[in-house]
Amino acid sequence: MLKYADGDTVSLTFQALADPTRRTIVERLSLGSASVSELAAPLSVSLPAVHQHLQVLEHSGLVRSEKVGRVRTSHLEPTMLQTVENWIEQRRAMWERRLDRLDAYLATLPPEVTPSAGTEPVRKADQADQAGKEGNR
Amino acid sequence: MNRTVVHDTFVLERRYGASPRRVFGAWSNQAAKEQWWGPDEQVEAFEHAMDFRIGGRETINAKLVEPAATVSFEALYQDIVDGERIVYSYEMAMNGRRISVSVATVEFLSDPAGTLLILTEQGAYLDGLDTRAQREQGTAQLLAQLTTYLEKETS
Repeated sequence: MLKYADGDTVSLTFQALADPTRRTIVERLSLGSASVSELAAPLSVSLPAVHQHLQVLEHSGLVRSEKVGRVRTSHLEPTMLQTVENWIEQRRAMWERRLDRLDAYLATLPPEVTPSAGTEPVRKADQADQAGKEGNR
Repeated sequence: MNRTVVHDTFVLERRYGASPRRVFGAWSNQAAKEQWWGPDEQVEAFEHAMDFRIGGRETINAKLVEPAATVSFEALYQDIVDGERIVYSYEMAMNGRRISVSVATVEFLSDPAGTLLILTEQGAYLDGLDTRAQREQGTAQLLAQLTTYLEKETS
């Protein structure tokens, strides 16, 4: 699993991706799983070399491979986990912007007629603050 | 298809210089809500229907420009305490596929500033990762992070 809090895993990921051939492999796998020979086809490297690159990628946790019969199929996995983190982050960011817009919208409204002080229910925390202040006097 | 569920909860707090009644009104009145709710992205079509009562539904159907996709939001208001609290569950779908189911709780508390709003969102994010577009996006992001990292290393 790719964890950005873990410096070692990040280093491994970046080392794995620092090589242009491995980046090409990762980009190809982002389109879907592929066998070693499918990965080798567009590259000007031998099958054993692709195999070695895959081992580096697997070690970094970026790629997972499964062997079914004589065919070894590789696919990206942790990138997906990374993506869901981004997605949740996007949802949160959307809420941040939305709540900002609510503030801007409220600012466009005419002043409130009903006095809010004294008529609004007071939160328990506020009462506690009040009691604390009085106690200090 | 690769079946996955990721659960996540986040809490956001904001203070507003308006009474809880007024801030609540911005959520409960459709015309008011449309002034600030969204859409967040650029859209070419946008439909919004809202029935603000317990058991009432709210739906949004939007057609996004970038990325080109249809997004729908369908909510069910499950708890409403006038001026104080709204709890609704909702699902989001992208291109007809359900991508998340969430419970959102919005609390409106009286505060010296006016209102303290607390939004709690608890979500189950479904299978949404198994799409080529999202994988590509994730990979592009990773490669961009790598570029930034390498630039820092060499500078």
